[in-house]
Amino acid sequence: MAQRERPLSPFLHYRWQYTNTLSILHRITGVLLSLGFFILVYWLAAAAGGPERYARALAVLGSFPLQLILFGASFAFCYHLLNGIRHLFFDMGHGFELATARKSARVTAIAAVVLALVVWFVLRGSLGGAA
Amino acid sequence: MSLRSPLGRVLGLGSAKDGSSHWYAQRVSAVALVLLGLWFIVSLATLGGVSHEQVSGWLGSPLHSALALLLVVTAAYHAMLGLQVVVEDYVADKGRRTLVLIAIKFALIVAAVVGVLAVLRIGFGVAA
Repeated sequence: MAQRERPLSPFLHYRWQYTNTLSILHRITGVLLSLGFFILVYWLAAAAGGPERYARALAVLGSFPLQLILFGASFAFCYHLLNGIRHLFFDMGHGFELATARKSARVTAIAAVVLALVVWFVLRGSLGGAA
Repeated sequence: MSLRSPLGRVLGLGSAKDGSSHWYAQRVSAVALVLLGLWFIVSLATLGGVSHEQVSGWLGSPLHSALALLLVVTAAYHAMLGLQVVVEDYVADKGRRTLVLIAIKFALIVAAVVGVLAVLRIGFGVAA
């Protein structure tokens, strides 16, 4: 590298910050929720298909890999919901100051984890281990 | 001096030819989904269970089947808009990008139709 320094693309030298982690997580959880949408439709279609088909669908949804996916989906749902609200405030021009953006990032991340755990355990309780 | 034509400036659609409509639709559907998402989670939590009887009873009520229809349609629309941005960002090849975008639209529209039909069948009590 004897040449003088050339400008680099932003992604090659931007410092990692948790605000940009939240940003990319928003996109990742969005893609995951799009896949989760197909599970929702599967569940609704099974319910419309009668008690027997529904029972079979619940057995599938209650199996180990699906339970893991559903847990991931409930975190993705809570995170995307809360961070989505944060982004709506950004879109209206609020909260761009670094200190504010970092604070709202911390609040959003912690609240998403807490809400996801609450949703997961409340739902599991309410679903009586059926799902 | 601007190199943009007076007509282009008045239309305000920019180089993407659709102005800010995509961006705006993503936000409006997001606001709707905040409300519908909260309704969905609160419903599931207060249902007391997801037996076939409970789910049929829940979606048998006109209010809840209407909200479920809105959720399915709005979620599919919001996912379509969001996935389009992701694909446009990461799939560079124009042909592949078009194919992926069409495949995503087909898949989401088919899923939305299946979901809407399912909710309607439960709502009208014609489910099997």
